[in-house]
Amino acid sequence: MRLIEIGAPALKNNTMQIAVASGKGGTGKTTLAVSLFHFWKKFSNEKVQLVDCDVEEPNDALFFKSLKALEQKQVHQYIPEIDTSVCTFCKKCVEWCEFNAITIVASQRFAEVDSSLCHSCGACLVACPENAFTEKPHPLGIITRYNTENGDEFTEGRLKVGSAMQTMLIKELKKEVKKNGNITILDSPPGTSCPVVETVSDADFVILVTEPTPFGLHDLKITVELLQELKKPFGVVVNKAGIGNSDVYEFLKENEIELLGEIPFSKEFAQKYSSGELLKNIPENLEIIYWRIIEKITCRK
Amino acid sequence: MQEITILSGKGGAGKTSVAAAIASLAKNAVFCDNDVDAADLHLILHPEIQEEHDFSSGSKAEINPEKCSVCGLCEEHCRFNAIHPNKEGIPEVNPFQCEGCRLCERICPEQAIISVQFNNNKWFVSETRFGPLVHARMGAGEENSGRLVTEIRKKTRELAGETSAEFIINDGPPGIGCPVIASVTGTGKVLLVIEPTLSGLHDAKRLLELVESFRVPVFAVINKYDINPEITAQTEQFLQKKSIPLIGKIPFDTRLVDAMVAGKSLVEFAPDSEAGQEFKSIWGKLKKNHDLR
Repeated sequence: MRLIEIGAPALKNNTMQIAVASGKGGTGKTTLAVSLFHFWKKFSNEKVQLVDCDVEEPNDALFFKSLKALEQKQVHQYIPEIDTSVCTFCKKCVEWCEFNAITIVASQRFAEVDSSLCHSCGACLVACPENAFTEKPHPLGIITRYNTENGDEFTEGRLKVGSAMQTMLIKELKKEVKKNGNITILDSPPGTSCPVVETVSDADFVILVTEPTPFGLHDLKITVELLQELKKPFGVVVNKAGIGNSDVYEFLKENEIELLGEIPFSKEFAQKYSSGELLKNIPENLEIIYWRIIEKITCRK
Repeated sequence: MQEITILSGKGGAGKTSVAAAIASLAKNAVFCDNDVDAADLHLILHPEIQEEHDFSSGSKAEINPEKCSVCGLCEEHCRFNAIHPNKEGIPEVNPFQCEGCRLCERICPEQAIISVQFNNNKWFVSETRFGPLVHARMGAGEENSGRLVTEIRKKTRELAGETSAEFIINDGPPGIGCPVIASVTGTGKVLLVIEPTLSGLHDAKRLLELVESFRVPVFAVINKYDINPEITAQTEQFLQKKSIPLIGKIPFDTRLVDAMVAGKSLVEFAPDSEAGQEFKSIWGKLKKNHDLR
C-alpha cells in the first residue's frame, strides 16, 4: 500500500530550505536528513537535494549505494604571506590583527602569519602601508556534487583533517547550493556554536532531532535557545522514542513547541543504520511517520 | 600526572557515558568537560559550583546610524558578509555573522562603528562526589569554542597541580574541528570511543588522522560492540593495523540510558552488569602507564 493510494493529498509546489539540527550528536540527524530526502521526493515528485554540512564528519554519503560524482572542487582559505623584502616591520598589521595570528620580530627581520589562527578577514592587507601582503591559497577541504542512484542531487563538504576553519567551508558549501525551485535539506553538524549558526542561517525551517534522555533534552534546550535568538521557525522530532523518560514531551508542551513526529526506538533499526541500510525495506509505520512530518512542514506555509 | 582525553569523532558514540564511568572509578582525579558546545557530563556528576568565570569570545561590531554617512565602505570590506542595509538603507551588522575582526571599525571615515565585547560564556570550577570538575556553558551561537576549551583545560591543570591529582580526565567534543584540536593539544593519552557502525568507524578514522599528527598515544574501546559484529570485526582489524591497543568492548545495554535518567554512571547504577565490569577492566588498563598490548 502506498500513501498516495490511501488518499493522502499530493504536496504543493514549494521552494524551501530545511535544516536538520540537534545539540547532541548521535540523536539521528543523518537518519532523518537521508530519510526525508528519500521520502520528500517520493511523496511530492519535486526536485529535492541533500547537502551534508557536517563537514568535520560527513556521513550522508555512506547511506547511498552508488553515487556518481558530477563535480569536485578544492576549496581554499586565502592566508596572507608577508614579503620581508618589502616589510618595514612597523607592526601595524600586528596591531590590527584581532586573532593574534601575526608575529613580527624586527631585529631578526622576521614576519609571519600563523595559518591556524588566521581568519582571512583582510585587516592586515588594509593596515600595511607597504603592500607587503599577498594572499595565498591553503587547502580547506573538498566540495563534491553527486548524483544518487535515483538521479537526485547530493552535495557534500569534507574538511581537510587538521583545519580548524569548519565554518568557512560550510559557508563555501552553501554558495554551491542553488535555491531555485528546490527542496533543499541541510544536514547540520552537532553543537550550538558557529558551524551550526552558519548551517541554519538561511534555512526557512529547522527540524531539531532529539532523543528522550537527559542528555538529549539538555542539548535540545540550548539549541531551542539558539533558534529563538536567530528567530528561526522550528519543530522537534523525537527519535528513539520509548527509551529514557517523558521529560522531553513536558518540555515541548510547556514551551508550546511543535512535535513533528516520533520515531520509535528499535534495535533492529539501529542494526540497519550500522550497516548503512537506512533506505532498505522501510516498514510502513515509519513511512507514515515521515509522511506526517513532511506534511506538517509543508502545511506551515 | 596523566592527562587523558576521550574522543570519538562521531557524536553519540558514548564519550560522556565512558567519561562518567571512569569518573566513578578514578581516584584522585580532576575532570574537565571539553564539550563546551553541548556539555552533558554535569548531568551525571551534579557539580556544586564553587567558582564562576566569564569568558569573552571576542567582540561584535555595532553601527551608530546617527553617525553613518552610508558610504558603503564597511559593507565592501567585510569578508564575512555580516553587514547588510536595513529597511532605511543604513548598514547594520548581523552579530551572528560578525567575526569581530574590527576592520569595519578601523576603516569607517565617520567613526560610526564600535566594538561590543560579548560575555555570553561562563565557566565553572565545581566539586562533585568524584572530585573537582571544570566545565563551561557557551552562549548560544558563540564563536571560539576552541579558545574556551584551552582556557578550561589550563584551569584544570592548575587545579590538578594544586591538589597533586594523579589524573586529568577530559570528556571531549565531537568532530575534528577547532574544539577537538584544542582538546588534543598537549594531552597525554587519547581514548577513542568507537561505535561499530559505518559512520562510527568512518568518523573514528578521520579523527585518528588528526590525533596522529599530534603524536599522542591512542587507546580504543568499542561501544555497543554487539550491535554489528561485522563492523566490530572490521574495527578490530583496523586498530590492529594501526597498532592501537583495543582495551575493551562494551555491550549494548539499555541500562546505560536508565543510569543517565537516574543521574548516575553505569558503574554506580549497575556495577555487576557486563558493561559495568567492562568499564572496571577498561580503567584498570587505561590508567597503567606502560605498553598495553
